[in-house]
Amino acid sequence: MNALPIWLDVLIAVLIVIGAGFALIGSFGLAKLSDFLKRVHGPTKASTLGVGCVLIASAAYFTAGALSRGEGASVHELMITLFVFLTAPVSAHLLVKAALKLDPTMRPPAPPDDRGQRRSESRPS
Amino acid sequence: MTVLALVLPFAIGAFGVALLLAAYRLLRGPTLPDRILGLDTLYINTMALLVLLGIRFDTALYFEAALVIAMLGFVSTVVLSKFLLRGDIVE
Repeated sequence: MNALPIWLDVLIAVLIVIGAGFALIGSFGLAKLSDFLKRVHGPTKASTLGVGCVLIASAAYFTAGALSRGEGASVHELMITLFVFLTAPVSAHLLVKAALKLDPTMRPPAPPDDRGQRRSESRPS
Repeated sequence: MTVLALVLPFAIGAFGVALLLAAYRLLRGPTLPDRILGLDTLYINTMALLVLLGIRFDTALYFEAALVIAMLGFVSTVVLSKFLLRGDIVE
């Protein structure tokens, strides 16, 4: 490894620790929670925040290495970051749609309206 | 010994445990969307693990693998979800 300035070293280490913690907690929630709609929560947060932190840390590391060699900044990790941020909500949305199609009874009841009364059940087919 | 070199093995271990938990949900999951969600988590964590290995070995080679995994994983998740939604992929 090339020598980094100490503040950048600590910054990258903190970003990696945050990212690994988010990924671990997200996967633990995926394995532990009881219902599919609860289980979706964990990995979606982990995939945006945890993987995003790790990718930004990698971009900072390789950018520092390239700048010390007198080359340009290394931004191609930001490409994966952008891609993951765009695609993770789409795949989670499609997964929930598929789950609700397979088991419509899983849909939670609608919250009560302003007067505290139950809404009439107008469930789309 | 820098802080980064001290932290990296623990982060890689944490991602390994996260992969095991996702694989548990992939193998065990009671419904099909659970298994697809486990696969989704598995590939995203694998991608981050490859990026960490790229920092660890100080090489940019693993970046291309991470990019390919990201794109193919997204496509596979979308296709599997569409298959569950419609019962068919090509409409």
